[in-house]
Amino acid sequence: MSAAAATTLPAAAPATVPEPRASRAPLWLVLPALMLFTGIVLVPLTMTVLLSFHDWGQYKGIEPVLILKNWHEIATDPYYAEMFGRTLRIALITTLLTALLGAPEAYILNRMSGRWRGIFLLLILGPLLISVVARTLGWALLFGGSNGLANKLLLSLGLIASPLPFLFTETGVVIALVHVMMPFMVLSVWAALQRLDSQVEHAAMSLGAGPLTILRRIVLPQVMPGVLSGAIIVFSLSASAFATPAIIGGRRLKVAATLAYDEFLNTLNWPLGAAVAVLLLAGLVLIVVGANALVERRYAEVFR
Amino acid sequence: MTTNLRPSAPLLELEHVAKAFGSHVAVEDFTLAVAPGEFVSFLGPSGCGKTTTLQMIAGFLSPSRGTIRLQGRDLTQVHPSKRGLGIVFQSYALFPHMTAAENVAFGLEMQRVGKAERTERVRAALAMVGLAGYEDRHPRRMSGGQQQRVALARALVIRPSVLLLDEPLSNLDAKLREEMQIELRQIQRDLGTTTILVTHDQTEALSLSNRVVVMSKGRIEQIGTPQDTYERPASAFVARFLGKTNDFSARIEGAAPARIVAGGWSAPAPAGLRGPVTISVRPERISFSESGLPARVAARIFQGNHWLFQCETECGPAIVVRPNDGLAQPGEGEAVRLAWREEDMSIRDMSLRAGAAA
Ligand SMILES: Nc1ncnc2c1ncn2[C@@H]1O[C@H](COP(=O)(O)OP(=O)(O)OP(=O)(O)O)[C@@H](O)[C@H]1O
Ligand SMILES: [Mg+2]
Repeated sequence: MSAAAATTLPAAAPATVPEPRASRAPLWLVLPALMLFTGIVLVPLTMTVLLSFHDWGQYKGIEPVLILKNWHEIATDPYYAEMFGRTLRIALITTLLTALLGAPEAYILNRMSGRWRGIFLLLILGPLLISVVARTLGWALLFGGSNGLANKLLLSLGLIASPLPFLFTETGVVIALVHVMMPFMVLSVWAALQRLDSQVEHAAMSLGAGPLTILRRIVLPQVMPGVLSGAIIVFSLSASAFATPAIIGGRRLKVAATLAYDEFLNTLNWPLGAAVAVLLLAGLVLIVVGANALVERRYAEVFR
Repeated sequence: MTTNLRPSAPLLELEHVAKAFGSHVAVEDFTLAVAPGEFVSFLGPSGCGKTTTLQMIAGFLSPSRGTIRLQGRDLTQVHPSKRGLGIVFQSYALFPHMTAAENVAFGLEMQRVGKAERTERVRAALAMVGLAGYEDRHPRRMSGGQQQRVALARALVIRPSVLLLDEPLSNLDAKLREEMQIELRQIQRDLGTTTILVTHDQTEALSLSNRVVVMSKGRIEQIGTPQDTYERPASAFVARFLGKTNDFSARIEGAAPARIVAGGWSAPAPAGLRGPVTISVRPERISFSESGLPARVAARIFQGNHWLFQCETECGPAIVVRPNDGLAQPGEGEAVRLAWREEDMSIRDMSLRAGAAA
């Protein structure tokens, strides 16, 4: 710009600022991720949602029309209510149990000294390295009918009269799920415990608080966000779990995920399977987002 | 006001207290008696064992040796929660999930103080530290200075027999720190709470306390009033740690009467001194005069309310601080003479300072 221009009104200045071009750079940078997201999440998701509105018949197969038949069936047939009710119940009980067992586990782990802590942390997280299928099959081997190892042992010792029912029971599914989900809860609580300032516990102590009071009034409230976020993870993973309910529950004790699977691969009623899957997804998203919002509002001060 | 000087039974006594972490000795032979109402500072460089000592008093660490007594009672077997001490931590250690009022009320709840009295005492404590109206704020929404005040109110509201402060002001900026120092002193005087302050800031220790305990490498170097430790430091370490000082090499000349001579400056020598000595004089006690130690002003630095001169003399470099009183000051490169009164210097035998050049 010439010296003359510089002395004119400052209003002329913005015209020369090359700002708009620079601010488009972030858009270009997120583009690859955006394309990937669209390609592997949005498109299949949209197709599944569309599929759930299609018609299906034993002989005519899938008919690409938009009708509410599948949704109507899910809404009115009590069979589906039972499936979703069971899924919700199993996920809730699993979440509750992992929280009740995992939080104290993480706390005790955190109080252990150096080497022991490392060993036990490995023991707790180690199972994450083993496939869920292998871990669940383990339970099936132990308690699977009268051939299960544990059942055989207990029977031969005369401690039980008939094999413990485990396979095809909700209790069995919950126990196996708790086992699978435990590391997520422990890790989540562990992370919250790491943020605790030991001086804060000292401060409470100097004010006259005993160990139980410190645990209840100082430690627990600060760790609660960790327990709750762990609970959200465990809940959503358990509600959508497939392998564990498939192996323990089999086809006699179905949950939403195994139901959708069966519709797709056994009945070949893809549209109905899609409707079940979409409902499960939508329900989960609602519950998780709602719970998260509640937690964040309630614990705004601790999260900050 | 000067209750500290009245001889009375000590409130808190530490006798030959020591603490070792493995083979590392953090505190050694620490003996101190604190009178009721006294304000004592532990002063020393980082890592000298101040926090360790304080934690032993608080009960979070147990001494390897020695005894700690509070009102004549041995504290060794008393759990920290039963000692009744008020502690302000360097990190404040406020309960992040509680409001300011809940933080302050916690100690009273532990003492089972009734609801009505509790509310009133919490209100009064927060008002005392200038936080009236902040009752419902959470610590994370408060500034450093405000958090610090909540921590102070929380420690004071339980009416502790001794208040322990571990570098409570070190996280504050200079201006706020100064304000809090004045406030802390005022509150301590009003309540008469016996207080121990840990700090590595010498100005803070000198301006706040009745007595200063200067520590170095786990040992007590000197215990005394701020004036005592500043003007009559017991060791070269204390002299250097408490502000700047000038060391001049000097000689004892003649006999009966002997004189102590540093270049062109001389004074009658105390009896019993011989040979080369080191004399140490605070920068603000040196003046420019007609006679005295010849010097050349190497640099002159203006510092607002005073001038700082770096001078060179035949007895070693010297720093001189003069108030900015509006009078003409010597310029850089100018030849001057330095003088000081005998009572403003302390004399050390050269043999104590190995390696000092004559
Ligand atoms: N738990 C511990 N284990 C081993 N050594 C320790 C432990 N705590 C302190 N020390 C050592 O003891 C010495 C004194 O530590 P202390 O914390 O009392 O110092 P300080 O005077 O408070 O220092 P600062 O001003 O930096 O806080 C240091 O050398 C430190 O390394
Ligand atoms: Mg310290």
